[in-house]
Amino acid sequence: MQAQTWFGYIWELLPGVVTALELTGIALALGYPLALLMALLINSAPRPIAWLSIAFVEVGRGIPLLVLLYIFYQGLPQIDIIPSAMNAAITAFTWSTAGYATEIIRSSLQSVPNGQLEAASSVGLSDSDRFRFVILPQAARIAIPPLMGLAIIMFQLTSLAYVIAVSEVMQAAYFLGTKTFNYLPVFLAAAAVYAAITIPASALVTSIERRLARHV
Amino acid sequence: MVLYILQGLIWTVIITVGSFAIGSLLGVAVAGARTAASKIVRVLGRIYVEIIRSVPPLVWLFLVFFGLAEIGLKLTPFQAAMLTFSVIASAYLGEIYRGGLATLGRGQIEASNSLGLSRLDLLVRIVSPQVFRTVSPSMVTYGIGLMKDSALASTIGVVEMTFRANQVTQNTGQGLAAFAIVGGAYLLLSIPLGFWARGVDEKMRKKYVVN
Repeated sequence: MQAQTWFGYIWELLPGVVTALELTGIALALGYPLALLMALLINSAPRPIAWLSIAFVEVGRGIPLLVLLYIFYQGLPQIDIIPSAMNAAITAFTWSTAGYATEIIRSSLQSVPNGQLEAASSVGLSDSDRFRFVILPQAARIAIPPLMGLAIIMFQLTSLAYVIAVSEVMQAAYFLGTKTFNYLPVFLAAAAVYAAITIPASALVTSIERRLARHV
Repeated sequence: MVLYILQGLIWTVIITVGSFAIGSLLGVAVAGARTAASKIVRVLGRIYVEIIRSVPPLVWLFLVFFGLAEIGLKLTPFQAAMLTFSVIASAYLGEIYRGGLATLGRGQIEASNSLGLSRLDLLVRIVSPQVFRTVSPSMVTYGIGLMKDSALASTIGVVEMTFRANQVTQNTGQGLAAFAIVGGAYLLLSIPLGFWARGVDEKMRKKYVVN
């Protein structure tokens, strides 16, 4: 395999990286706030609403993302809703992100010691102030590293969107593969593209994790 | 239709259980390499784990199925899926074991040495039972993830549930019903397993946490 062609393949995959990052970004921007809402509803809403929230979260975490993608893209047309591939992908990825993130946020909220709550009440903070100024900042410090880890996983999972023809990295690689019949170098190029983003991103998460752990 | 799709469950189970079993054995070697006395072996172990984890499973699956065929190693879709998921599992499970090893007190090894136990006895009778107990909830959680990943095998033609749901959609246009069945099957499998893992975890915390 010639090095030049191989780098050529990487070059052709780059537009796919943009789409993959776009999909990841949108899913996180929608999924994380949704997860915070779900975590709060599960912890403190009246029972029926809390149960609905649990069901929402379990569907997002329990069904493989691949199947969620198919449900929105191939399933919805059965009831005459025909989403674009990108919209179907955004919906599936947001749901999945929200599902996993809810668990992270819930456990970070629970890890704030009870004494903090009692202290906040005893100095007369209102419920909402207690949450905003006492619980949330401490929980955030714990939740940030795993949420960043989840972001990296979601980026890797954008490869699945190829099955519904979103023009991300794997879609581009598969197209190149069928055009040139050079599957091995093409998919190696795709692997290199993912690794080139994942490895530095993971290193960044580890260093942030260490820095945050200093103050816990 | 329901029956046709659910027949795919057998492949989901075979791929999940099979690659989990192979991966959990290979994982011992990975954990061994990661904690070896020799620095070169440790670095090699680390590179193995990092490379596997930094590339998405779908890309590995395609590399193994389409890529290896190009250099003359033609695997069936099932063989490719088993190979891919076993290797991926070995990296993740190896890391889980390593985490469990780290929680094992040095005193255990010293005590075993002072009793004159052989290295094999140390590994089989002292280290393994304790490490296995600490890591089993993480292993179950990983197994659930592996089961969901096995759906990817549909993309290279393994006729598991997702593949069958796609066929049904193509033939009947009833995509929502078809994929709802698949989704429901995964929920029915993963939710009880998740509860079980959490239960085991809590029980162990109560039993083993020394304050």
